[in-house]
Amino acid sequence: MDINFTLFLILNFFYSYRELITIVILSIFLGIEIIGSVPSVLHTPLMSGANAIHGVVIIGAIIVMGKAEPDNYLALILGFLAVILGTLNVVGGFVVTDRMLEMFKKKKK
Amino acid sequence: METNLLEIIYLIGSITFILGLKMLSHPDSARKGNLIAAAGMITAIFGTIFLYHDVEGNSLGNYIWIFAALIIGTVVGFYSAKKVQMTAMPEMVSLFNGMGGACAAIISIVELNHFFHAPHPIESFVTNGHPLLNGQVLIMSLGLIIGSVSFAGSMVAWGKLNGKVKDFSFPGQQFMNIGLMLAILALTVFMMFVDVETAQMLMYVIFSLSLVYGVLFVFPIGGADMPVVISLLNSFTGVAAACGGFLYSNSVMLTGGILVGSAGTILTILMCKAMNRSLMNVIIGSFGGASASNPAAAGAAGDIREITMNDTAVLLSYSKSVVIVPGYGLAVAQAQHVCHELEKTLEEKGVEVRYAIHPVAGRMPGHMNVLLAEADVPYTKLLEMEEINPEFPNTDVVLVIGANDVVNPAAKRDPSSPIYGMPVLDVELAATTIVLKRGMAKGYAGIENELFYEPKTRMLFGDAKATLQKLVAEIKAL
Repeated sequence: MDINFTLFLILNFFYSYRELITIVILSIFLGIEIIGSVPSVLHTPLMSGANAIHGVVIIGAIIVMGKAEPDNYLALILGFLAVILGTLNVVGGFVVTDRMLEMFKKKKK
Repeated sequence: METNLLEIIYLIGSITFILGLKMLSHPDSARKGNLIAAAGMITAIFGTIFLYHDVEGNSLGNYIWIFAALIIGTVVGFYSAKKVQMTAMPEMVSLFNGMGGACAAIISIVELNHFFHAPHPIESFVTNGHPLLNGQVLIMSLGLIIGSVSFAGSMVAWGKLNGKVKDFSFPGQQFMNIGLMLAILALTVFMMFVDVETAQMLMYVIFSLSLVYGVLFVFPIGGADMPVVISLLNSFTGVAAACGGFLYSNSVMLTGGILVGSAGTILTILMCKAMNRSLMNVIIGSFGGASASNPAAAGAAGDIREITMNDTAVLLSYSKSVVIVPGYGLAVAQAQHVCHELEKTLEEKGVEVRYAIHPVAGRMPGHMNVLLAEADVPYTKLLEMEEINPEFPNTDVVLVIGANDVVNPAAKRDPSSPIYGMPVLDVELAATTIVLKRGMAKGYAGIENELFYEPKTRMLFGDAKATLQKLVAEIKAL
């Protein structure tokens, strides 16, 4: 595979995904901006909240599950498992974060 | 029409994630921020279930399966998150993070299998003879690798935090880890040039090797560094979720995943800074093996001086100013309520009581704040390290409850100590320091604490909760 061809593949990749790549790059900077200066007390709740947010992967699991043909047992079983795991991540993540923050709230008053 | 509506829902979802993270970084708005992000997530999930259409316009099926899985996950997730003890929360976060990683890995496996049976690259160009040489396969493979590493790593971190897994390292492990990672990447590139049957087999090899890598990655890292590692794995899972977003051209998965990836990385670095260490230093795991090569601190061993319960009660009651330094021991013994009672009893006697909170006291940053807040200790009594350190010379008694490494003066004095350079609380400057401990066990860094042998230090041995209860009774009886 010569250099030109490799270059072509890379450019082709960027062209095909140009919109998504734009979102990725902007999101990276946004993520850095948002966290900027956070007091150390909030490190753990913030980590936990972020943990819940990446549970958004569950949407992929739902798509996998919903697209699986009724005779494709591998996809059905794995999809089912993926939706359970994703839900655990989302629900558990948000509830644990809320419990951590509930305690911050109480002492404020 | 429905697809457009779904796009709007995804846009709203992305905005709630951004707002949620933003609000989570301020104490006043944090809780609301979490709820806003959760609301966005729920909308995005139900939007996907009912409005999603693939490229050919087919909507999703298998609703019974989807809802069954959602209900199982919700019940188990909700119940375990509600039940978990405050002390076990970091473990729980690690466990949920692992679930997310596994979810991302499974999605990649199913989609790769799908692709192997019917290659359908969306790129405008297919390379002749290499149906697998395209961006989709690359992204699915990355999702598989990162998700698996995150899953396996989080499981080990979870095991370490609840004490089921011990630190483990062997000479040359770092080189082996790097070699393994290079092998995984090389196999991934190779997979894109072979026929589909071989590729399918290679996919499972890559999957297994990634799991092994995840285990080996976390194994040598010391238990005290687990919060940093969990935060790092958290951002890994974010990137794995974003790979799914790339695959399905799904904007909310992409923004959510990448936001967590980048914010999580920054957070990881901030956590390292709070301990005055670099991320590399944490990953190479200097806490694990270095303790053995530290005879200097071990040589500091001298006589310790015990103090009786009654003397402690008198000393505390007739002080003007007392500073309590809580640590993991307080959390383990669930002694936060009785600690608050001690503080109130002393305040009634006119003693000024404050708490010194080290940024990494306990097993996670903010652990002590959360714990003491649970016992209704007022916010204003909790002082951060920078605020309280200048106050120690004017303090009569410091009561260290179950903290160890964060009050070790070796961090300031002994350049050979593994914790040298970590900012610590200057408790040795107070007139008297009383250390409440179960025994002479070492702290999480596994090193000797010179503080215990200082002439001004007194040791009070026993379980934090039982001892504090007796102490409160003694003070009341005075």
